[in-house]
Amino acid sequence: MKIRANLAIGGGLTVLALAVGIFGPWLAHTDPIMDANLMNAELPPSREFWFGTDQQGRDIWSRVMYGAQISLTVGVVSQLINTAIGTALGVTAGYWGGWWDDFVNGLTNLMLAIPSLIFALAIMAILGPGLTSLLIALGLTNWSYTCRISRAQALAVKSQGYVQAARVLGYGDFRIMFTQILPNTLGPIIVIATLGMGGTILAEAALSFLGLGVRPPSPSWGSMLSDARETITTAPWLSLFPGMAIFLTVLGLNLLGDGLRDILDPQSRSRR
Amino acid sequence: MSGANMPLLSVEDLHISLTTDAGRFPAVEGVSFSIARGETVGLVGESGCGKSITALSIMGLLRDPLGLAGGKIKLSGQEIQNLPASQLRALRGKRIAMIFQEPMTALNPLKAVGTQIAEMFVLHQGASWREAEAKAVDALTQVKVPAPAQRAKDFPHQLSGGMRQRVMIAIALACEPDLLIADEPTTALDVTVQSEIVDLMKELCAARGTAILMISHDLGLVTDTCKRVCVMYAGRIVEQQDSERIFNSPQHPYTQGLVASLPRLGMRARHGRRRLTEIAGVVPGITSYPAGCRFHPRCTRRTEICETVVPELTALAEGSLVRCHHHG
Amino acid sequence: MAGFIIRRLLQMVPMLVAIALLIFVLFSVIPGSFATGQQDEGLGLDMAVVTRMRQELGLDDPLHVRFGKYVAQLATLDLGISFRSRQPVADMIGARMWPSLILTAAAMGFAIVIGVPLGFVAALRPGSLVDLGLMIVAVSGLSLPKFWLGILLMYLFALTLGWFPSFGYGDGGLYHLTLPAIALGVSPMALLARTTRAAVLDIMNADFVRTARSKGMNEYRVVVWHVLRNALVLVLTTIGLQFGSLLGQGVVVEKLFAWPGIGSLLVDSVFQRDIPAVQGCILVISLFFLVINTSVDIAYKLIDPRIRYN
Repeated sequence: MKIRANLAIGGGLTVLALAVGIFGPWLAHTDPIMDANLMNAELPPSREFWFGTDQQGRDIWSRVMYGAQISLTVGVVSQLINTAIGTALGVTAGYWGGWWDDFVNGLTNLMLAIPSLIFALAIMAILGPGLTSLLIALGLTNWSYTCRISRAQALAVKSQGYVQAARVLGYGDFRIMFTQILPNTLGPIIVIATLGMGGTILAEAALSFLGLGVRPPSPSWGSMLSDARETITTAPWLSLFPGMAIFLTVLGLNLLGDGLRDILDPQSRSRR
Repeated sequence: MSGANMPLLSVEDLHISLTTDAGRFPAVEGVSFSIARGETVGLVGESGCGKSITALSIMGLLRDPLGLAGGKIKLSGQEIQNLPASQLRALRGKRIAMIFQEPMTALNPLKAVGTQIAEMFVLHQGASWREAEAKAVDALTQVKVPAPAQRAKDFPHQLSGGMRQRVMIAIALACEPDLLIADEPTTALDVTVQSEIVDLMKELCAARGTAILMISHDLGLVTDTCKRVCVMYAGRIVEQQDSERIFNSPQHPYTQGLVASLPRLGMRARHGRRRLTEIAGVVPGITSYPAGCRFHPRCTRRTEICETVVPELTALAEGSLVRCHHHG
Repeated sequence: MAGFIIRRLLQMVPMLVAIALLIFVLFSVIPGSFATGQQDEGLGLDMAVVTRMRQELGLDDPLHVRFGKYVAQLATLDLGISFRSRQPVADMIGARMWPSLILTAAAMGFAIVIGVPLGFVAALRPGSLVDLGLMIVAVSGLSLPKFWLGILLMYLFALTLGWFPSFGYGDGGLYHLTLPAIALGVSPMALLARTTRAAVLDIMNADFVRTARSKGMNEYRVVVWHVLRNALVLVLTTIGLQFGSLLGQGVVVEKLFAWPGIGSLLVDSVFQRDIPAVQGCILVISLFFLVINTSVDIAYKLIDPRIRYN
C-alpha cells in the first residue's frame, strides 16, 4: 500500500509535537518561568534567543518547548476522557437499547445543542482556572460524535450472526461488547479521536487565551499569545511562534486523522 | 458500402482498457458487430463481461479508469470514436440515446420528471422551457403514463419502478434517435412489469424506425426482443446468431451452457423431464483473464490448444459467427 | 408541511428546558461553586452582601423549587438581574445581540462565498494541482487558532498597512467588521470547501449525472442543472451547523477585537462571577444554535422532495 502524503506529513508533525511534549524540558535552553531578566526584554529572534524574548526577558523558545507539555497533556488526556465516555455510552446504548438508549440519545442531543466551547467555558467558570479544570471541561464536552458512531456500530453489529452466536453460547453482555462490538467500532473511533485531539488543543488554547486556562506564569501556547497581544506592535515575534506551534500540532493531527480515515474507515472516504 | 446497405452502427475491433495501479488490462477485446436501421440486436453476457462498457463507449461516456484502446465506432459510416466532445454531445440523446438499469438512481431525485424530459427538447430542439414542459407531457402520454400532466410534476421517488423506467424511455426517445441502447432495462423491475416495459420499448421503436441495442444477462429476454444476438464472455464476443436459431443450435460451449440453464416453456413436453444445468466455475475478473480461449477453465470440451491459442471468430452459415476451436 | 414545521418547532421546547436544567444544575450543585457560597468567605467578600444575594437568589430553597422558579422566570423572558450592573440580564444581552449576529452572519457569508466555490472548483478537477492546493488551504484553515489568525490579520492589515482598525465596533460597518469576520470565517470556510468538494465528487459519480451526460449535455449544464442543487442540499447541513457554532466560537474573536457581542459579555461576566449574566448568555447562545438547526432541518425538507411528504 502506498503511504499517503497526509499520513506521512501528519504522522511526522504529530510525532514531532509529541517528542517536544515529552522532551521539552531538555530541549529548552532556560527555565521558562524563573529565568526572567528584564535586561533581555523583548529581544527579537537571535542566535542566543532563537524565538526572541518576551516582556520579562524570558526565552520564547524555552517557553514554547515547555508549553507543549500543557497543550499535549490537555489534548491527549481530555480526548481520552471523551473517547471513553462516548464509547461507553454509545456501545451500551446501541447494545441494550430501551430506555437507556433513549436517555443516551437525549443526552447526546443536549450536548450537541450547546456549542462545546461555550459549555467548556461554563465549566471553567465554575471550576476555576487550572490544568485539572481544563482536563475536566474539555473531557466532558466533546464526546457526542464518538457516542453516535459507536452506537450506530453497535446497532449494526448486534444483529449479526456471530454476536447472536456468542449470546447463545452464554457470553455475558460486557464480554460481547468488548470482544465483538468494540473491535468493530475501533477504526472510526480512532479517526474521531485523532481529529478531536486537534480540536481539544485549539479549545485549550482558546480558553487559555481568554485567561480561563492554566494560570500564569505557567507557559501555555494560548496564554503566551494572550500576553503577546499587548506587545504586538513592539514585539510581533511573541505572537508568531506560540501560534505556529499550535497550528503545526493541530495541522499534524488533522492530516493524520484524514490519512487514518482513508485506511481505517474507507466507507466515509470521499471518492477520488 | 453506401446508402441503404450501410449499417446504422458498426463497431469494428473495439478495444477498451482498464487502467489500475497494477497496470492496464483489456476489459473489451476485438469486439465487432453492426446494427442496421431499425434492427434489434442483443448483447448477452454475465455481469463484468464488458457488455455495459461497450455500450458506454458507443455513447462516448467511458470514464476513468476505463478508456478506449483501439477500434472504430461508425455511425452511418462516420467514425465517431475520436469526435471532439462538442460534436459527440450533439449525437448523444439526439441520434443515440440510452436507458439504464436502475431508473431510481438514473433520474435526478430533486427534479420533477417532466423537467428531466423537457431538458431534451431544450438541449436538442432549442425549445423554450415552457414549450419543452408541454412536450414532456406529450412524451409521457406516448409512454402510456396515466394522468401525464400530473405525473410530470412528480419527483422520481413518487413513481413506481415501472413508471420511472417509462420516464427514462420517454427521455431516450424524446428526440426520436436512430439508435436506442437499453442497458438491462428491466433487471431492477418486478417480473410483472418487465414485459410491459419491453413491449413498450419495442412498439415505440418500431413505430419510429429506431434500432435497439439491448444489453442483458438474460438470454431469454434478449431473444424475445431482438432479431440477432451477440454473446459476450470475458471481454470478447464468442458467438453471434439469429435469435431464432440460437436456442436450437448454439455453437459455442458457453452459449450452450446458457441455453441449458434456461427454463423453457414446452420443453418438458418435448424432451421429457430434464434438469436445468448451470455452468461450472466462476467468471474470471478483468485483471486475471486466462490465456488462450478465456472460457477454457470452465469448458468441458477444452483441449491443449484452448489453453494457449486464442480462437478466431469463424463464420458459419447464414451470418453466424463463433469463437471456438471445437464449435458445433 | 405546516404540521411538520409546527412539530419541529415544538420539539425545541423540551430541549430548551433540558438546556436550562443543565445550566441550572451546573451552576447550583457542583461543590465549591461560587453560587453555593462555600468559597465566598475565602474570597474576602462582605458576608452581609453574600447573605443578601443568597436570599435574593432564593439559594436556600430546595433545588427543584428553585428550578421551578427559574423556569417560570425564563418563560416570561426574564433572565434575572445582573449581580454587577444590577440591570436585567435580558437587556444586557439584547444590547449585545446585534453585534454578535452581524459578526456571525458576516463570517458565515465570507465562509459560504469563498468556501463553496472553492470546493466546487476542486471537485471539478479532482487530483489536479488546483485541487491539491485548495485542499492544503482547507486543512490549514481548519487547523488555525482563530485568535492567532486574528492577531496576524490585525498585525498585517491594521497595524502595518493601516487598512482597517485594529479593534472596536465603530458604527458596526464593514470597516470595523472585516477583520473579525475573516478571523472567525476562515475555519468554516475551510470546512465548507471540504464538504462541498466531497459532496460534488459524490454527485458527479451519481447515475443521474451519467444520464445527464447521455442526454448530450455539456459539462457546464450538467453542473448547473444537475449537480449544483443536489450538492447544496448536502452542504446546507454543514452551513447550518457551522452558523450555530460560530456564535460560540466567536467568543475569542469578539474578545480579541473588543467586539461588543454576547461572547465578550459572557467572558467578562465569567471574570466578574456574574452568574445570572453567564447563565443568560449560555442560554441565549444555545437558543440561537437550536433555532438555526431547526431552521436548517425545515429548509432541508423544503428543498429535498424525497423527504418532503414524510
